[in-house]
Amino acid sequence: MIGNGAVVLAEGAPSLQPLTAATGVFGYLWILIALPLFGAAVLLLGGRRTNKWGPYLGVLTVSLAAIYAIILLVSLMGRPAEERAIGQTLFEWVFVGGFSVPVALQLDQLSMVFVLLITIVGSLIHVYSLGYMEHDPDRRRFFGFLNLFIASMLLLVLADNYLLLYVGWEGVGLASYLLIGFWQWKPSAAAAAKKAFIMNRVGDVGLSLAIMLIFVTFGTVTFDSVFAAAGEANESTLTWIGLLLLLAACGKSAQFPLQAWLLDAMEGPTPVSALIHAATMVTAGVYLIVRSNPIYDGTAFALTAVVIIGVITMFMGAIIGSAKDDIKKALAGSTMSQIGYMVLAAGLGPIGYVFAIFHLLTHGVFKANLFLGAGSVIHGMNDEQDMRRYGALRTVMVITWITFMCGYLAIIGIPPFSGFFSKDDIIHAAFEQNLLVGVCTMLAAGITGFYMTRMVIMTFFGKARWPDDAHPHESKPVMTIPLIILGIGSVVTGAALLYWGNIESWLEPVTGIEEKPLPIPAIILEGITLAVVLIGVAIAIAKYRKEVPVEAPKGNLLTVAARNSLYDDAINDALVVKPTYVLSDGSVFVDDRIIDGTVEGSARFVGGLGSRLRRLQSGFARSYALLMVAGAVIVVAILYLARLP
Amino acid sequence: MTPDVMPAPSIDYIALLPYILVGAAGVIGVIVEAFVGRGARRPIQLVLVFGSLIGAFVILVVNRATQGIQAEGALAIDGPGILFMGLILLLSILVALLMAERQLDPAGDAFAPRASALPGSEDERELTVRGYFQTEIWPLFLFSVFGMMLFVTASNLLVLFIALEIMSLPLYLMAGMSRRRRLLSQEAALKYFILGAFSSAFLLFGIALLYGYAGSVEFSAIADALAAEPGQTALVVGGTALLAVGLLFKIGAVPFHAWVPDVYQGSPAPVTAFMAAAVKVAAFGALFRVMYVALGGVRWDWEPLLWIIAGLTMLFGSVVAIAQTDIKRMIAYSSIAQAGFILIGVSTATAQGLYASIFYLVAYGFTTIGIFAIISMVRLSGGEVTRLDQWAGLGKRSPVVATSFAIFMFALAGFPLTSGFIAKFLVFESALAVDNLGLVIVGVIASVMAAFFYIRVVVIMFFREPVEGAPAAAVPSATTTLALAISVAVTVILGILPEPVINLIEQAGVFLR
Repeated sequence: MIGNGAVVLAEGAPSLQPLTAATGVFGYLWILIALPLFGAAVLLLGGRRTNKWGPYLGVLTVSLAAIYAIILLVSLMGRPAEERAIGQTLFEWVFVGGFSVPVALQLDQLSMVFVLLITIVGSLIHVYSLGYMEHDPDRRRFFGFLNLFIASMLLLVLADNYLLLYVGWEGVGLASYLLIGFWQWKPSAAAAAKKAFIMNRVGDVGLSLAIMLIFVTFGTVTFDSVFAAAGEANESTLTWIGLLLLLAACGKSAQFPLQAWLLDAMEGPTPVSALIHAATMVTAGVYLIVRSNPIYDGTAFALTAVVIIGVITMFMGAIIGSAKDDIKKALAGSTMSQIGYMVLAAGLGPIGYVFAIFHLLTHGVFKANLFLGAGSVIHGMNDEQDMRRYGALRTVMVITWITFMCGYLAIIGIPPFSGFFSKDDIIHAAFEQNLLVGVCTMLAAGITGFYMTRMVIMTFFGKARWPDDAHPHESKPVMTIPLIILGIGSVVTGAALLYWGNIESWLEPVTGIEEKPLPIPAIILEGITLAVVLIGVAIAIAKYRKEVPVEAPKGNLLTVAARNSLYDDAINDALVVKPTYVLSDGSVFVDDRIIDGTVEGSARFVGGLGSRLRRLQSGFARSYALLMVAGAVIVVAILYLARLP
Repeated sequence: MTPDVMPAPSIDYIALLPYILVGAAGVIGVIVEAFVGRGARRPIQLVLVFGSLIGAFVILVVNRATQGIQAEGALAIDGPGILFMGLILLLSILVALLMAERQLDPAGDAFAPRASALPGSEDERELTVRGYFQTEIWPLFLFSVFGMMLFVTASNLLVLFIALEIMSLPLYLMAGMSRRRRLLSQEAALKYFILGAFSSAFLLFGIALLYGYAGSVEFSAIADALAAEPGQTALVVGGTALLAVGLLFKIGAVPFHAWVPDVYQGSPAPVTAFMAAAVKVAAFGALFRVMYVALGGVRWDWEPLLWIIAGLTMLFGSVVAIAQTDIKRMIAYSSIAQAGFILIGVSTATAQGLYASIFYLVAYGFTTIGIFAIISMVRLSGGEVTRLDQWAGLGKRSPVVATSFAIFMFALAGFPLTSGFIAKFLVFESALAVDNLGLVIVGVIASVMAAFFYIRVVVIMFFREPVEGAPAAAVPSATTTLALAISVAVTVILGILPEPVINLIEQAGVFLR
């Protein structure tokens, strides 16, 4: 357990804020979801006749949603703090006896920031995709799927109960699956899509069991009522709910041990990687944990589990990111690592919830920036993704380079770039709670400095190692303008949210907040952190300043392991895939051979080939009958045995 | 000395009108076959079938308030009984729409021109060339529906047995009547018949044991005996077990499932739809009544048994379905798995479980009929194409059909916004209400595994390049289209607005005894 968990946690727990009826500008919350959903419906059902204008419609719906979201934000800020949670019931969905699940939306401070992130970053990526997917014959379908994703994601964060959240949760999973496999003619893309889908299903089992357990315990699945009653539930129940929710979060947010799908998910088009697998969907797990904070507040055990998962993933992601030569995979490792930070922060309890969300927001912006930058590079390099074939690109792709540097400085946490504020807050919170976790976060910051510097040097500096047919060039304005906006975002988001947006007091009514004394003065801690990061940067410069060979050198044991994503596929294969196939084949075998075979086996020796057909037609029925007799004997036996005292 | 006068049984013919209508229509159908010219038979049979089924349904709805034990304790016409009968009639109407199809197969309908002609014989070829159709299947169909209506309302073990046979015998014949792949079809029919007769023997033995115990075959008398004599004998246990075996066979629960894949694969698609949808409803209706009314006193005995069977059925069906390459076999194993989910509701022994299962049957029945409608449409000149790999790229060639099929797959997998999700949710909820978390966990695991092969079909249809000579969906006549449209609509509407149907089911009250 961390510190003296339970006691401290209880103090920080927020008192639940009452929901206010949706009036005025808030009366049309459903439009947020309906807009992209409409776009998806038109694009996907409209068929070829929408090819021409479809993509623009896709951009339009999301942009309109973004504008409406900004209006909502302004109106929400105009309200007193205690009236900032808005509830709107649309219709009754399930109504059975005393149990009802309404389709109801809830807009509060937490969902508001998510809505902004999703719609604004979403719009920018939609615009960018206009350029990136320009020559793809199927781009209408692409925008349809993107719109579908936005609608599902908005539903996920706006739902006011777990069951509706589950609908959104499945929706984003479906959209992610469709988009990873978008270039389905590549077998690797199809396999990656399937892998993501299956691993997410494992997490989904956690979510569905959690929802059932919540319903059994509290008799309702509405956030409000569940959280109001969470204090009275017994701790072991809360622990189970907490662990099941964590399993769900691990699936969606690619946390250990369900992390393997994220790297393969990079098979999808780069805008998809930026939107879904970096900025928004993969953070849904963090949202789930933070949203369920009243449940976690009652269970120090589950919170500790959250921290442990976060720490493990933070390091795994960073190590993998340090060895991958594929620029998107390196970024994906970095995403895993950064989400590890967020999960870890969420696991710290009220002391960290706010910073988990804060980092999520800044990360959403700068990681989208980095991914779109990578996309621009890949686009300019004839779809080459191997960083060993890059180098010296700063000379030909100036805008991409400068914006990428903004994202780079933000992610490694150089003041005053946005990542500095959010990551430092997490490191502070970690030190406040537990020294060991604090040191871990600091070390990971150092590794972040290393792998990001490595990426920047290999891509933009050094000598050109371009393939012969590559003629790198700057991308079109439709791609660079979103990059510039996101680049500016990478610089200012952190300070803006912290000082102008006052993110801590904004989120406090939802998450609660707690301060503890730091073991060492803050300024010294910041200094040490910065020094660790700079050491990481320096090591990378020292190592990659020289010639970068086009063929990857052999590398030491750790490098090889990291290149193989720490053998996650092999482990999954051995632990899950093989046993499942054995089970399935085994059942068929039992059905076909042992049961049928017992009867037929003896006859097989006697009968020749000629009698085979005849036996196929009458013999099976015999063995079926034998099975029935055996079954009947077992049924009788069970009933008799049950009777024995 | 006056001879003993047997008192005339009092029969309320008005209350029995739905049965009489369907049964009589069947009898008239047989007479039509004997005396009416070949050309005029089909229209008359169609009028008889649709007239009697729709008529019976309307009468059932209008007379729904007239409930009670009828025909001297033979039948219990009560709320759940009316629901089961109504559902059977609705599903049968849809099946009849599929059976009336005459556009898909270039040679005519889905059934052999003359069931007695040897497969592949000169005789058969000539009948086909001359464009013969057989219409005997229609009265058989009506008899089977008649048997089902009796089966779900039987309030006495003998009536239960007779109803089972009335329902099953025509089915055995119908299973063997496929126009294409007749050998497979006849094999299926024979297997179904042999194993069905075998299971009837179990059922009959169980009936004998229970009669030996209670001295009566009436459900209410058995229930009274159990209440009066709680210290039960081996007769009760044996009787319960064997009765359960007979009924679980019809449901297709593991380990009495072996016939399902072979029979589903071999039978003509409309007949398979009939078996998978209506027969399953009937079997569950009877199982519910026997277990709840007659054997409610020993529910502590059969509850654990049904947990085990439900769990096994869900897991086995889901796991084995993964390995299937034939769409009909896959759906067969899937229907085994689905039966497991419905059994969860039975195993709760509560009214909530009953309602949940009925809702599940509604959702599952309509979805299944839609599935077989589509299976009968995807074909080449040689008949239906059921190899899964040949369905590759169907989404490109026949987007509407493939999308409908995808909706059905999502429903069976239990995705939100389809009827299957609500159905699974309700049965799990009913199990949780009696604190049976274990069974729910097994159910969730099974449904996750099942999702894999349902989604795989969607992937094959939409994301795989078609193979050489792959089929497109043929354009069916209005009847199949109508059945398909209704199935899709019910599947989607029940997923979004299930409330009215749930309310309707909950108004049914409890079984009468």
